[in-house]
Amino acid sequence: MKTQISSLASPASVEVVSRKAELKKKALKLQARNLSLQLLVFVVVTGSWQFLSSQKIIDPFFFSSPFDIVKHIWTWAVYGTTAGPLWLQFLVTLEETVLSFILGGVFGIIFGYALGVNDLLSVILGPYIKMINAIPRVVLVPIFILWFGLGMPSKVASGLVLTFFIVFFNAFQGVREVDRNLINNALLLGASKGQLAKHVIIPSALTWILSSLHSSFGFALIGAVVGEFIGATQGLGYLIAQAQGAFDTTGVFAGMLILSITALIADLGVSKLEKRFIAWRYVRK
Amino acid sequence: MTQTAPDMIELKGITKEYVKPSGEVHTVLRDINLRIPKGEFTSIVGPTGCGKSTALNLIAGFEPPTEGEVYISEQRLDGINQRAACVFQTENAFPWKTVIDNVSLGLRLRGISKADAYDEARKWITRVGLKGFEGHYPSQLSGGMRKRVSLAQCLIVQPEILLMDESFSALDVHTRQLMEDELLRIWEETSASVFFITHDLEEAIALSDRVIVLTAGPGATIKGDYQIDLPRPRNVAEISFDPAFMRIHQQIWKDLKDEVMISYENANKFTS
Repeated sequence: MKTQISSLASPASVEVVSRKAELKKKALKLQARNLSLQLLVFVVVTGSWQFLSSQKIIDPFFFSSPFDIVKHIWTWAVYGTTAGPLWLQFLVTLEETVLSFILGGVFGIIFGYALGVNDLLSVILGPYIKMINAIPRVVLVPIFILWFGLGMPSKVASGLVLTFFIVFFNAFQGVREVDRNLINNALLLGASKGQLAKHVIIPSALTWILSSLHSSFGFALIGAVVGEFIGATQGLGYLIAQAQGAFDTTGVFAGMLILSITALIADLGVSKLEKRFIAWRYVRK
Repeated sequence: MTQTAPDMIELKGITKEYVKPSGEVHTVLRDINLRIPKGEFTSIVGPTGCGKSTALNLIAGFEPPTEGEVYISEQRLDGINQRAACVFQTENAFPWKTVIDNVSLGLRLRGISKADAYDEARKWITRVGLKGFEGHYPSQLSGGMRKRVSLAQCLIVQPEILLMDESFSALDVHTRQLMEDELLRIWEETSASVFFITHDLEEAIALSDRVIVLTAGPGATIKGDYQIDLPRPRNVAEISFDPAFMRIHQQIWKDLKDEVMISYENANKFTS
């Protein structure tokens, strides 16, 4: 054992260093290739869209074109939209999304954990949760608008019901999947119920919960936008609904583009969160 | 080990039954009576599926016996056995904790400050030969190194009983012998009673003061109880060439062989 350690700790030879540089170069090359291929896909898709549209092969009225969409966003950004400045619409939707994401996540984790560790509770509530989950959540949105009005609360509620179930089922499963040996080991080492949760169950379930957060942010966004679509006075969903009402395809696409960029950025944020909380999953093996 | 030492573990008329999903009652252990003195290294051998691990679960307090009682230091066991620690066959180490956090966990759970727990953990990490790996996660270590983490994690709380459930059976032969020697070396410095489960008779004899043979399941009972009076300290890799070792091995194997054959026939009966 001792010899193993000393050989690991000994200073790296020159050969190793040059080998390292070579490997690094290879990795960079690979990255550059992937990035350029991704860019190529973008250029081909938007390029042909633009070409087909400007040559009138497809009807620009129904299909718009990438340039027009970007121009439309630019106009919104500079001159404002029918509902006020663009940044405000963006902020409203983002706020609704983040709020419903956080609330849905927190409730999902709490309920998932509680039902995961408590058999009686999961037996009692199980069928009801399955029943509620079977309802297509979008039909709840009109009810939320009736209950909470046209403002933010109804959008947060619709985003919340969408995110809640995803996080809930993952948290529940995560708690149930904890290795029995690890629980037994912690109990023998003297863990109380609270300590068991802190040291074993929650860290183990976090992998499941965090992977659910990726999709649930998307669903929070869907909830907010659908809410705005059905009844609102501002927000990106409202803008899209307005554009649709005016047969303004470019406006619809512009709203969609902003939404997808938002979702992409949020996904990056969740990935960061994931790396921070389950660092042990990302260590080099 | 002297026979006058007080009993660390006593199993009194233990029977363990499970109700299968089909509604049938499956008897794993039947009428087991066993006393293990303080500081003794006891191995349990028996054919696969005979209920060795169930016996360990009962002593650890993971589940209660259907009939009979478990006594630890003459106190009836109810719930988790706080005087024991266990090295499992698969993993002990928490994958989300570094080596030092894993090893110090038992102390931290007992409310010892982080600084003190880390100091003690460093000593144990050095003792099991993992110095320099304090900040590594288990996934970065080899199987043998992870076993060392498990050992340190268990022994740091100074358990009176060390349970080992086929702890080394997943390791390759060389790592295994190394770990067995290490275990003996560390165990001789402590006063823990070891309850070692294995299906490998050679391993059992090489390590133990006493080897207990269980009959084939279902309804396993104790078939044989052998004192192993080979001198200590022992060298696990070489002891198997010792004539005394071979004599004991032959003697116990006669008992065990029948049970293995029964278990083998039972298994074939069920599959065909």
